[in-house]
Amino acid sequence: MTEIWDGLTKAIELIISLDPEVMQIAGRSLVISGTSCLVASLICLPLASLIHFNQFRGKRAIVSTIQTLFAMPTVLIGLVVLVLLSRVGPLGFFGILFTPTAMVIGQILLISPLLLGFTVSALSGVSREIVDTATSLGASRFQTVWLVLKEARYAVLAAVIMGFARAISEVGCAMMVGGNIKGATRVMTTAIALEASKGDIALGMALGIILLFLALIINIALNRLQQR
Amino acid sequence: MSLIEVAGITHRYGERAVLQNVNLSVDSGEVFALIGPTGAGKTTLLRIMNLLEFPSAGEIYFGGKWIPRAGRQRLEIRRRMSFIHQKPQVFNLSVYDNVACGLRWRGEKKNKIAEKVDHILEMVELEGYKNRNARTLSGGEAQRVALARSLVLEPEVLLLDEPTANLDPVSTTKIEQLVSYVARQHNTTMIMATHDMSQGRQLADRIGVLLDGRLVQTGNAVDIFHSPQNEEVAHFVGMENIIEGVIGVSNGGIVTVNIDGNGLQAVSNCPVGKKVCACIRPEDITLALYNTQSSARNSFRGEVIRVTTLGPLSRVEMNCGFPLIALVTKISAEELNLQVGSKVFATFKATGVHIMEKEISQ
Repeated sequence: MTEIWDGLTKAIELIISLDPEVMQIAGRSLVISGTSCLVASLICLPLASLIHFNQFRGKRAIVSTIQTLFAMPTVLIGLVVLVLLSRVGPLGFFGILFTPTAMVIGQILLISPLLLGFTVSALSGVSREIVDTATSLGASRFQTVWLVLKEARYAVLAAVIMGFARAISEVGCAMMVGGNIKGATRVMTTAIALEASKGDIALGMALGIILLFLALIINIALNRLQQR
Repeated sequence: MSLIEVAGITHRYGERAVLQNVNLSVDSGEVFALIGPTGAGKTTLLRIMNLLEFPSAGEIYFGGKWIPRAGRQRLEIRRRMSFIHQKPQVFNLSVYDNVACGLRWRGEKKNKIAEKVDHILEMVELEGYKNRNARTLSGGEAQRVALARSLVLEPEVLLLDEPTANLDPVSTTKIEQLVSYVARQHNTTMIMATHDMSQGRQLADRIGVLLDGRLVQTGNAVDIFHSPQNEEVAHFVGMENIIEGVIGVSNGGIVTVNIDGNGLQAVSNCPVGKKVCACIRPEDITLALYNTQSSARNSFRGEVIRVTTLGPLSRVEMNCGFPLIALVTKISAEELNLQVGSKVFATFKATGVHIMEKEISQ
């Protein structure tokens, strides 16, 4: 139990002293997960709108598949991306394995089902009458979609926050396609895993607390944004 | 000239036919009321006119031009109309943004939008609510936002679906006044669905009766309320006295209808021997204790069966050899001391009787 207490004091110490290495790792975590969340949102929000606003065969099957992929293990994504990006793999010529770019790609694949699924259900929460009202007032199809996204903004933002949370907290994929290279691809979660395996429980704990602290700040910021 | 026209509209939801072969043409600047009980298909007809829904069969014309089933043209036509839905759906945005959205969608300039929105919010008395989230408003206020949002677009056609169904009388009056003011000012064509006949009568130039998905009769208020086409319409428009009889005598446009031995005089050209229904509006009947001399051709002695008070009016049910219902002011009912068993004379003009040929039962 003392480890938790030690971890807490150490975390406060590290934060107050602005420990350069910890700050760098935390910053990298934020940038990588932030980028993957942003790119995934840019892909998934329009895609989810397309799925929601169109009737087509196999729509239910697609939604079920997306929901199943929520449970995708991070190491499996890591494995797939590793195979694709490895020197002998089909995308090996890019030479981006063990770079932050590879990690971003892995995280995008990881959180896209989550973003898609929750955005579709967020849009379904907007009543048919709202859509009709917008159409009656002369909104084009695109304008209607935009309005519905705005109507569902709380739920959509919740989906985005969830995607970000999953990205910043995953370790399997970051470890496999990033490689936990000090100064290059080491992020909070891989650092925690390393410190724990080295036996420095307190430092691992401290990093974990800082990670949660970061998540808290991000959530507060996004909540502020959505209340405007 | 006809601005909006629907021809041969039939619409089905699954097996159920909601509209059956509806033909309607509304002229530019006309105020048209669509009356009918709930579930008659009024909303569906308005939705089809607003191009929100595709009818199962039939065509729509706007300004004489046929509207295709797909394509950009539908949006362009829709932007010349505005539809106020029965339940006001305000967007989860500020009142200002709610009212501005239609103009923004039409690509209107920012300062022009601000000017128009401010003006219309003043008209609906919501100028102080600009920055409030519209979801926090009361029902009446939300309906006014919905109204402002539609009126600010200055549509050529305004479609209203029971605009005051869920409102208190004061809000109802406000909205009715506002709608007719704006419509007059911009010469807006209005098509209004309502189950409230007095509202239709008061606001509309022309009325259509929609019963069970069929547009049974269209005409002005006098046509609809005094000369209903058949028993169904007569019932719906409050013709409480529908009395069956046979034409006994026909003489120069005046007929005598034989009702179980009683002769009732009416203006009609029906031939002798025809089975008919004589319709008398209860408010067209006057009551007296003695048979006074008057120009009215019909006077029947009857016994009061029941007196019901309806606000300032009293509804008097009588037996004059046939059942008759009269609507008189509460004061006159009291002056006549009408009670169950009282003997009264019911008097009405021959012109107050509408004769309908009895339909051959289907």
